[in-house]
Amino acid sequence: MNTVTDLVEWGLHGAPLPRGRAWVLRAGAVVAFLLVWSLASGLVVLGNLFNPIFLAGPWRVLGKVAELAATGQLWGHVAATLERVVVGFATGALLALALGLPAGHFPVVRNLLEPIVEILRPIPPLAMLPLFIVWVGIGETSKIAFITYATFFPMFLTTVHAVGRVDPLLLRAAASLGARRTPLFFRVVLPAALPELLTGIRLGVALSFFVIVISEFIGAEEGLGYLINDGRNFFLVDQMLGAAIVLGLLGYAGNALVVRLGRRWLRWERPPA
Amino acid sequence: MSPAGVGGARVRIEGVHKAFALDGRSTPALVDINLEVQAGELLCLLGPSGCGKSTLLNIVAGFLPPTRGRVLVDATPITGPGPERGVVFQEYVLFPWLTVAQNVEFGPRLAGVEAARCREIAARYLDMVGLREHATKFPVQLSGGMKQRVAIARALANNPSIVLMDEPFGALDAQTREVMQEELSRIQRVEHKTIVFVTHSIREAVYLADRLVVLTSAPGRIKEMFTIKLGEARDRFAPEFTRYESEITRVVKEEVAKVRE
Repeated sequence: MNTVTDLVEWGLHGAPLPRGRAWVLRAGAVVAFLLVWSLASGLVVLGNLFNPIFLAGPWRVLGKVAELAATGQLWGHVAATLERVVVGFATGALLALALGLPAGHFPVVRNLLEPIVEILRPIPPLAMLPLFIVWVGIGETSKIAFITYATFFPMFLTTVHAVGRVDPLLLRAAASLGARRTPLFFRVVLPAALPELLTGIRLGVALSFFVIVISEFIGAEEGLGYLINDGRNFFLVDQMLGAAIVLGLLGYAGNALVVRLGRRWLRWERPPA
Repeated sequence: MSPAGVGGARVRIEGVHKAFALDGRSTPALVDINLEVQAGELLCLLGPSGCGKSTLLNIVAGFLPPTRGRVLVDATPITGPGPERGVVFQEYVLFPWLTVAQNVEFGPRLAGVEAARCREIAARYLDMVGLREHATKFPVQLSGGMKQRVAIARALANNPSIVLMDEPFGALDAQTREVMQEELSRIQRVEHKTIVFVTHSIREAVYLADRLVVLTSAPGRIKEMFTIKLGEARDRFAPEFTRYESEITRVVKEEVAKVRE
C-alpha cells in the first residue's frame, strides 16, 4: 500500500516495486488468468453445461497454436499480418509526419488541412473499409491502404499538437544562438516534439493491429484475421482464440518496441543517475 | 568580432517606443527610450516590476519589434535575433535533450565550427563556469544555479559581442545568487562583453553595473542614470557601496510608490 510519504516522494503512481517482485506479480497474474480459464472450461465439461467446443481450455488453445506452428502454417499467417501492419503503419506514420510537421509549423498549411481531417476523422475507419475494397479491390493494396488511412488521423493530430506545444523560449534561445529556419526545425522543433510524437506512434501501432484483423476478415487467404474467420466458418474455437492470442502478443511486442526506442531516444528525460 | 574572441560592440537604442494591444486598446509599455551602451560596458536596467525592462531587452534581442524607433549594433540596425547578441534567460532555457557540453557547443556547431574545435570551446567555457566534470550530464540532472551557469557558458561560447541577461539570477536562492554575481563579474573582467543586465535587485545592480539605468513605473521611461564608480572586485559592505545602494533605493521607491497609488 502507498503511504502518504510514498505519495509525496513518488507521486500518485506510488513507489516502484523491486524488479524481482514486480516480475513475480506479473507472471503470477498471467498464471492465475490461465487457471481461471482452465477452471471455467473444466466446469463446462464436468457440469455438462453446454457443448465444451464453445469454450476451449487454454491448454487446447495453446496446443492448437503449437500445432499450427509445428506444421509451419502459423508463420505464413503471422508474416502476412505483420507485413501489412508494418507497411501500412509505416506509410501512415510517414504521411502523418510529412503533413503534420508542416501543418504544426505553418498556419496556412494547418488551415488547409485541418478542416478536411476534422471532417474525415469522426467517421469510424471501419465504415470506410467497403469503400476501400470497391476502390482498390480486395487484394493486398486495400488492406495496407486501410491501415494507412486508419492510423493517419491520430498520428497527424498528435504531430500537429506536438509541434504547437514546443516552448517558444527554446526557439528564442536557438535563434539568438544563430539558428535560422531549417536548423531551428531539425535541431529544436523535432527533438522538442519527439516525446509527444512517440505517443502518437504508439497510438498508431495499437490501431494498426486493431484494424488489420477486420480487413483480413474480408477476402484474405492469409493472415491472423483470416485464421479467425476461417475458425468461425469451420467452428474451430481453439483456432479463433489461438489466432487472437498471437495477435495480442504481436501487439504487445510492437508496443514494447516503441517504448524501448522511446527510452533510448528520450534518455534525457530520465537519465541514469 | 575581435580576433582574441573578447570585447563587445556598442548598442544604440534610438527613440524606442513600444505599445501592446490590450483589450483592443493600444497600451504604451515603453516611451521614448534613448540609450547608448558602450562597448565592453555592463549596463543594468532597473525598475519596478511591469515597467518594461524585460520588454526593452526583448527588443534589443530582436524577439519583439519596437513600435517606433530602432536599435543599432555598432552601425547596423537590428531586424531580428542574431548570434552577435547572446541571451541568458531567467528560466535558463537549456535544450533538455542535449548534454551540458552539447548545449554549450550548440552555437559554434551551427556556425559550422569543426567538431574538435567545438569540444575545445565547450571545455573552455565549462571550465570558466566550473562545470567541466558535469559535461556529460543532462539538464534535468542539474540544480538551478548549475543550469544558469550552463546557459551563461552557452551564450559566451558562441562568442557574441553583446550579452543580454534577463533577470538571470532571479530564480536562484540568495547564496547561489551572490556566488553567480561574483562569477559573472570575474568572467566579465576576462571577456569584456557588452552586457545589458535586467534586474529588480538594487544590490545586484550596484554590484555588477558600470552604469545603471532606472526606469519609471509603466509605461517605462528613463528616470535616472547612475555611473557606478566602484572599480573591479566590489565589496558589498564598503560604505561607498551602501551609499549607492541607498541613493538608488530612494529613486526606485518613488516609482514603486507610484504603482501603489
